[in-house]
Amino acid sequence: MGELRLMKGNEAIAEAAIRAGCDGYFGYPITPQSEVMEYLMAEKPHERTGMVVLQAESEVASINMLYGGAGTGKKVMTSSSSPGISLMQEGISYMAGAELPAVVVNVVRGGPGLGTIQPSQADYFQAVKGGGHGDYKMIVYAPASVQEMSDHVKLAFDKAFQYRTPVMILSDGAIGQMMEKVELFDPIPRRTDEEVIAACPWASTGRPKTRNHNIITSLDLDPAGQEKVNLKLQEKYRMMEQNEVMYEEIMTGDAEYLFVAFGLSARICQKATDIARAKGIKVGLFRPITLFPFPTVQIAATGSRVKGILVVEMNAGQMIEDVRLSLGCKVKIEHFGRFGGIIPSPDEVVKALEQKIIGG
Amino acid sequence: MAKIIGDIVINTERCKGCEVCIAACPFTVIAMSKEVNSKGYHFATKVNNDCTGCTNCAVVCPDGVITVYRAKV
Amino acid sequence: MIMEELFAKPDIRKPENIVYRKSDLMVDRPLSYCPGCGHGTVHRMLMEVIEEMDIAEQTIGVSPVGCSVLAYDFLNIDMLGAAHGRAPALATAIKRLWPHRFVFTYQGDGDLAAIGTAETIHACNRGENITIIFINNGIYGMTGGQMAPTTLPGMRSSTSPYGRDVELMGHPIKMTELIAHLPGVNFVTRQSVHTPVNARRTKKAIRKAFDIQKAKQGLSFIEVVSNCNSGWKMTPVQSNKWMEENMFPFYPLGDIKVDGKLVEKKENE
Repeated sequence: MGELRLMKGNEAIAEAAIRAGCDGYFGYPITPQSEVMEYLMAEKPHERTGMVVLQAESEVASINMLYGGAGTGKKVMTSSSSPGISLMQEGISYMAGAELPAVVVNVVRGGPGLGTIQPSQADYFQAVKGGGHGDYKMIVYAPASVQEMSDHVKLAFDKAFQYRTPVMILSDGAIGQMMEKVELFDPIPRRTDEEVIAACPWASTGRPKTRNHNIITSLDLDPAGQEKVNLKLQEKYRMMEQNEVMYEEIMTGDAEYLFVAFGLSARICQKATDIARAKGIKVGLFRPITLFPFPTVQIAATGSRVKGILVVEMNAGQMIEDVRLSLGCKVKIEHFGRFGGIIPSPDEVVKALEQKIIGG
Repeated sequence: MAKIIGDIVINTERCKGCEVCIAACPFTVIAMSKEVNSKGYHFATKVNNDCTGCTNCAVVCPDGVITVYRAKV
Repeated sequence: MIMEELFAKPDIRKPENIVYRKSDLMVDRPLSYCPGCGHGTVHRMLMEVIEEMDIAEQTIGVSPVGCSVLAYDFLNIDMLGAAHGRAPALATAIKRLWPHRFVFTYQGDGDLAAIGTAETIHACNRGENITIIFINNGIYGMTGGQMAPTTLPGMRSSTSPYGRDVELMGHPIKMTELIAHLPGVNFVTRQSVHTPVNARRTKKAIRKAFDIQKAKQGLSFIEVVSNCNSGWKMTPVQSNKWMEENMFPFYPLGDIKVDGKLVEKKENE
């Protein structure tokens, strides 16, 4: 069993980065995720593993530092919250285009604009539909616990390098701030420069006489060439859809109704499931863990067996579109959400199920 | 007494005819050709034997099309 | 037979007599720049320095968005193409993650002095141990001759068709003087490449910058005042003359900061 600690979600992200062999973290303070860099700075990862931690002048600089580091094959990460992630969209698009591996953590707060510093899930569209310009996707993980905050960092780095793509961890202010027990994974040593060069022959690490120069870019002025780039990216996204879907089902076996929720909302729905079942309502919970690739097939299978589905999100209705695309018009699908930083209570969720699905 | 002799070779296909080399040459060795290359540029060309191989033209050529030779004879 | 052949000296044209040829670190392909554009000369001076120091294997370059967006196609070293203005952020991370590599950015005036102002100033202020090469031709060349942050007062461009009116459009920014006042910056100079003497000085400055980088003594910032004959709507030779008469009085050539100390009197005045 790994080392057990009581940690904030944001701290777990930071500790996991060090343990995952991250080479560089570049970030800019923003509530509610500032503990990530605070923890890293206090922990002196440079002494522990040689990891670089740098406070940049903006989120724009942070994400472009990631682009630079990733372009040389190093394991790099940043974290921010909604307004900061909006600023990073340009850089994420460039990284998707240049096929660069990196991990971006969004500890979501309510919007739009400066919004609120309280938790929200209103960045779902931005994360899974391509928040920046151009046809791109990134793998998006939605942790629902401090444990998953840690586990997903390791997973995100693995997948970022496997597919040469930016990967996002879409968390929220509550999971970032809450403290829970977490079992930390054993540290993975940082790769040496020689190992990076061997593992990333595409990276711009300095051209030896034995090969042509490497160029990291997202530019191809020839439309035929750029179409080829797009086709290659789409092929990669299809591979992700085939191989990387993650989800969890709780009490769906005999369920007549279904909650579909991710992240914090899924935890609330888990409690709501218990309350509803105590009242005799046979409800289960489907929790997508990857938001892209979305568990379309699995939701369709489970969802087609029930009488109605309530999609619970801390937004005005975003993931519900993907649930509806998965099931078509076969089942009644409604949305329940609170937003602006309000976290719904389990009782509210049960009431919404009764009103919108069972009684509706 | 040894004499220094220079020569230049211009990659006329790569020359864009900007004429910057002409002003750089202290011995007016270079002028523009009447002919054009396949891109349609009049290209720089040698017009006398006075080259000393000073490299000025080559250093200032934006497209790096000039190779300079120099020898003592 | 072309005229050049009439004056060829075959006895001299031997490999051992070559005293100047394009650096092998320049990729053998035509440059995408307009005739007479200074970019090609700066590219070559830069590659000559890297060749002479024999550090091609240890050098990572960052190219900008602008006319030199394709610099990576011409420089035969490992490169990254940055988003517009962000090259110093890339270079910061690269240098910190690969402290033994030589890292440089190559940026134009729009890239460095407008959209990338924050990245430039903060990389300089942190004293990143990198080299920034800044090509200032007072105009956005790539997008078709729009007004740049460095466009001179009264100078015409496609977005200041009646000349830059500083009351309406603001003043041109002297980034290089601004940068020189930041403590993390070791070496700041302003050069040009329009004559052989100036091109050689630029090369010397680049060499100095890479030596400073090798000695881990902080950031070097080299501005090259250059022409844009297409944007200025002149011939290359006319544009070089116009540059001497108009750009240099506003952007005087010479060292501005050496060994971390501001130079009191400029050399080339």
